[in-house]
Amino acid sequence: MSNFLKSSVGRKSVMAVTGLLLFGFVIIHMIGNLQLFLGQDALNDYAKHLVEMPLLLWPARVVLLAILVTHIFVSMSLAKENRVARPVRYTQGATIQASYASRTMVMSGIIIFLFIVYHLLHFTFGKIQPQFYDQLDAEGRKDVYGMIVYGFQNIYVSGAYVTAMAVLCFHLSHGLQSLFQSLGLRSNALAPLLKKMAVGLSLFIFIGNTSIPLSILLGFVRMPGVGR
Amino acid sequence: MNLKLRVWRQKDASKAGKIEEYEAKNINPHMSFLEMLDVVNEGLAQNGVEPIAFDSDCREGICGMCSLVINGIPHGPDRGTATCQLHMRKFKDGDTITIEPWRAKAFPVVKDLVTDRSAFDRIIQAGGFVSVNTGCAPEANAIPIGKHLADPAMDAAACIGCGACVAACKNASAMLFVAAKVSHLALLPQGQVEKAARVQKMVAAMDREQFGNCTNQFECEAACPKEISVSFISKMNQEYLKAFKGDIL
Repeated sequence: MSNFLKSSVGRKSVMAVTGLLLFGFVIIHMIGNLQLFLGQDALNDYAKHLVEMPLLLWPARVVLLAILVTHIFVSMSLAKENRVARPVRYTQGATIQASYASRTMVMSGIIIFLFIVYHLLHFTFGKIQPQFYDQLDAEGRKDVYGMIVYGFQNIYVSGAYVTAMAVLCFHLSHGLQSLFQSLGLRSNALAPLLKKMAVGLSLFIFIGNTSIPLSILLGFVRMPGVGR
Repeated sequence: MNLKLRVWRQKDASKAGKIEEYEAKNINPHMSFLEMLDVVNEGLAQNGVEPIAFDSDCREGICGMCSLVINGIPHGPDRGTATCQLHMRKFKDGDTITIEPWRAKAFPVVKDLVTDRSAFDRIIQAGGFVSVNTGCAPEANAIPIGKHLADPAMDAAACIGCGACVAACKNASAMLFVAAKVSHLALLPQGQVEKAARVQKMVAAMDREQFGNCTNQFECEAACPKEISVSFISKMNQEYLKAFKGDIL
């Protein structure tokens, strides 16, 4: 087992599995978020249910953090070796067919990590825009709906989220097809399908998640009883 | 044709190298790239300049000896072609051509454009073979092999071990070379017995040589003079995971 985890191929498979699990979280998180469109009552109710299940919520958070930390640390060890493997670089480099997304995975990964920190400070810890964080709705629940709607009415905050989702979409467009290769599941017959699937799912995540700040900015989603 | 060459000159592994500029004059467009270098070297020798050192052997695209990164692309701009089979008509009169050696820690420069590729030999020694009892040659048709296995095995066996995959890889990874060797033997019935141990040993040998890690960008496949498919890398990853299945699960 230790030989496996030390090897290049073994660590690549760890990247693939942790990446896939993180993608699974992104999907679930998006479905949860999209309940914003069902209205204040539905979203606040969902949020209340989540925090009322600490036995589910906390282990999920710990496991998720462990997966994320693994994904980051393994990628750092691989990337470090990759730099060492070519001490003298070409004076004239060229790229034949590697996609831009595949060549910028480390950079997009760092941006996504910084976004996660920002996102947690914003909606989980309430350190950014604290004025919207601790409000209660009419039924005495934490007003998650209000926090999001008031928060995203700020164009800079919305802009940061939309930008981060574009970077995530980019990262996924390579990662979602690459993981099949790393796990030995890609064949030339499957390759075009995997590529379309990866690009399609990345766009799905981008459109789904950015629909929230964009509909708030454009006034399609607003606080109940507030006109345009 | 008249060309300007920018060539990497390096006395030996311990000295620092640099790009030197040379003129290549009156080049016949039907010459191969290596013949063009021969002409340039003749001129250099006549003028008392040390000729440019580069590797070549068969000059018909099957030995894997020639190399050269030409304008950033191993074996030059022509797909599925080794440098020896690349013709000067692929370039335009007046072009500036940059020529560098394979760049990888595992392939140290011996001199100028010549690199030491014995890291590949050590990977093969680690497991790139089939153990057989010696004696008379076996009857050729004693082990029937279906076309669905023989064809991909032959595709993998087309690898000439030139190292262009490493040179092209953004991470100087040797995955395409190792995958071709692992897949070639793993597909054939003769390779089954040592299948699991082979992939483990060969990947371990590859990592020991300090090649980089695969990031699935497929530059290797595009640069390979034998157009070995990256699907063999997937095949090797699968073989590797299978070999460790008992340990992982």
